[in-house]
Amino acid sequence: MRRTGAQIVWEMLKREGVEVVFGIPGGAIMHVYHPRRDYGIHHVLVRHEQCAAHAADGYARASGRVGVAIATSGPGATNLVTGIATAMMDSSPIVCITGQVPTSVIGFDAFQEIDITGITLPITKHNYLVTDVNDLAYIIHEAFYIARSGRPGPVLIDIPKDIQKAETDFVPPEEEVRLPGYRPVGPGDPEAVRQAADLINGAQRPIILAGHGVLMSGAMEILRAFAEKTETPVALTLLSKGGFPESHPLALGMMGMHGEVFVNQAIQEADLLLAFGMRFDDRVTGRLEHYAPKSRKVHVDLDAAELNKIVPVDVAILGDLRQVLEQLLPLVEPASHQEWLEQINRWREESRARDIVNRPSNGRLLAPQVVHAIWEATGGEAIVATDVGQNQMWAAQYYHLNRPHTLMTSGGLGTMGFGLPAAIGAQVAHPDKEVWAFVGDGGFQMTMQELATVVQERLPLRIALLNNGYLGMVRQWQEFFYDQRYESTSLLNPDFVRLVEAYGIHSWRVTTPEETHQAIAEARSHPGPAFIEFQVAQEGEEGNVYPMVPAGAALHEMIRRPTPAVKAR
Amino acid sequence: MKSTLIALVEDKPGVLNRVASLFRRRAFNIESLTVGHTEQPGVSRMTIVVDSARTDVRKVAQNLYKLVNVIQVEDVTERPAVIRDLALIKVRTNGSTRAEVMQIVETFRARVVDVGLETLMVEVTGTEEKIDGLVEVLGSFGIVEMVRTGRVAMVRGSNGNNGKSQYRVKGE
Repeated sequence: MRRTGAQIVWEMLKREGVEVVFGIPGGAIMHVYHPRRDYGIHHVLVRHEQCAAHAADGYARASGRVGVAIATSGPGATNLVTGIATAMMDSSPIVCITGQVPTSVIGFDAFQEIDITGITLPITKHNYLVTDVNDLAYIIHEAFYIARSGRPGPVLIDIPKDIQKAETDFVPPEEEVRLPGYRPVGPGDPEAVRQAADLINGAQRPIILAGHGVLMSGAMEILRAFAEKTETPVALTLLSKGGFPESHPLALGMMGMHGEVFVNQAIQEADLLLAFGMRFDDRVTGRLEHYAPKSRKVHVDLDAAELNKIVPVDVAILGDLRQVLEQLLPLVEPASHQEWLEQINRWREESRARDIVNRPSNGRLLAPQVVHAIWEATGGEAIVATDVGQNQMWAAQYYHLNRPHTLMTSGGLGTMGFGLPAAIGAQVAHPDKEVWAFVGDGGFQMTMQELATVVQERLPLRIALLNNGYLGMVRQWQEFFYDQRYESTSLLNPDFVRLVEAYGIHSWRVTTPEETHQAIAEARSHPGPAFIEFQVAQEGEEGNVYPMVPAGAALHEMIRRPTPAVKAR
Repeated sequence: MKSTLIALVEDKPGVLNRVASLFRRRAFNIESLTVGHTEQPGVSRMTIVVDSARTDVRKVAQNLYKLVNVIQVEDVTERPAVIRDLALIKVRTNGSTRAEVMQIVETFRARVVDVGLETLMVEVTGTEEKIDGLVEVLGSFGIVEMVRTGRVAMVRGSNGNNGKSQYRVKGE
């Protein structure tokens, strides 16, 4: 079976189960594009390659499959970089295919030549420069395996133009990969698991810190069984939202810098931390010297380099979280921690009393109330993508999720502009589900050109723009820590409604709380894509994300929302 | 305190670059790194010397394992191992000092491998301490040029490369 390199690309994508790819053609990748339609794989034409990578990432997070992005050489490839780094930091499985100048001119500074394997070496799990068409099929197979197995991550395949053109006898690669040094982990060391079980059985104030690994290893069910059997409350990282139902009585909610105070109090007072598939990011721990000082610590992770990296633990278990929990569950005794849970609930009530969504409206439109209203209207059943900054934290705090793979958000890298393209990827993965993108006016303008992609693909995406006229999170830091000097954070914005209408997307503008519910209802019942601009409070108490652990402070030293009684006005 | 790691890696283009890039981005301090072929085709061997006062050797090993092309990493610091460094040293000599230099070379069980009108080239193999010692003594005559390979190491005994590595954690 004679095939060109280009045909082998699609043949292999098909064999790997790929149904859709995101990309932009260009000179050095045209050969690959040419035979695409013969293979029945859908191509989503984005407007900037960064968004091809973000959309592939969003697709991967929403579907649990590998996302694929395609770009040409040179600037096409370098435009992918931010998207690849985003996927790397959040362990998201994507495969990026780039065109390259012909092998005969590599190293000659040819037109649109760039060393993309060199550039992406630190931000990919692995990458390849294909130098022989006979290697191509196997490399693609291996790339998909590496992207999705172990700790998932981005893999890049750079294919020179002459390799795309070259013909060879296509032989499907054998299923088994030849990687002598690459062995994804399985169950944990039984002795370490037994030690962990002993600590769990002796704990009075245990707490589970559930991380992204819960979703990655498919440990949702077993985690729930474990938490219920041991009656252990579950705090979530940003990326694990959806990994444990937030409506569950044992669910605490998000921990860390913008986690609720009672969650962080529980971590600081716990006598046992069970860190499951998380990596003690600095946004989660606050000041390390004062982190969870009263607790023994158990850490389960599939990446040996994460164990004892930041927080020294009593028991470190290297293993796949789902399999480790399967080992642990029979070893732990059913327990009751009523006193501990009651204590946490007293702290929770105190947090609730301060919560801004529980306050009567004062006529001003507040971002947390907008997110809360969308959560109520959608019954918490939407798939949610966020941008980065205040909008992201409000979405995380007020859009409670019960099902896995329903939140697309850039955690580790914190990539502004991620929201819209990630929502596109999620909507492509789930064309019939309701997808909402929460974006701020800063990040939205970094990738807003993808509105054209939304329209061209006829995606029924809902976009909620929380417009406060600022790079809001930076402005909040300036308000708290930089003498309220709003240096270079004020945005002179376009008329977003007219702009978005120009793309052919039906739009609403909301400026008061009274208009909120109707606009949301109308946007939800609109058949096509819909856009709502919410002009929300800009600064001060009503414009800030509370509570907040300042950088360098301990987890319990949070800046709390002023209580109404204390408020001057 | 210096620690010695032996890493077996796939002999593929760019592997040395991947290892070097890893050390740079994780801010690991590396004293020396040697690389060469092994008895197995397709497998290269790296000897990596780490200043363990400044860099956590466990972290180096764990992060090396994250590279797809790294097959096995072993910390041989505490194991009985033969550790060698090789140096070529060009020493300034003249008629009156040549005999003295050659006597010193003899004492250190080194070899003279080239004789010039005003220099001798000395080849020496051994532990780094021994070579440091020779360098110090020859320094008084004037060292014109020197090159050292960096440390290579091999564990004693009859086990080959497949001997157990202490960083292969159970279940992996």
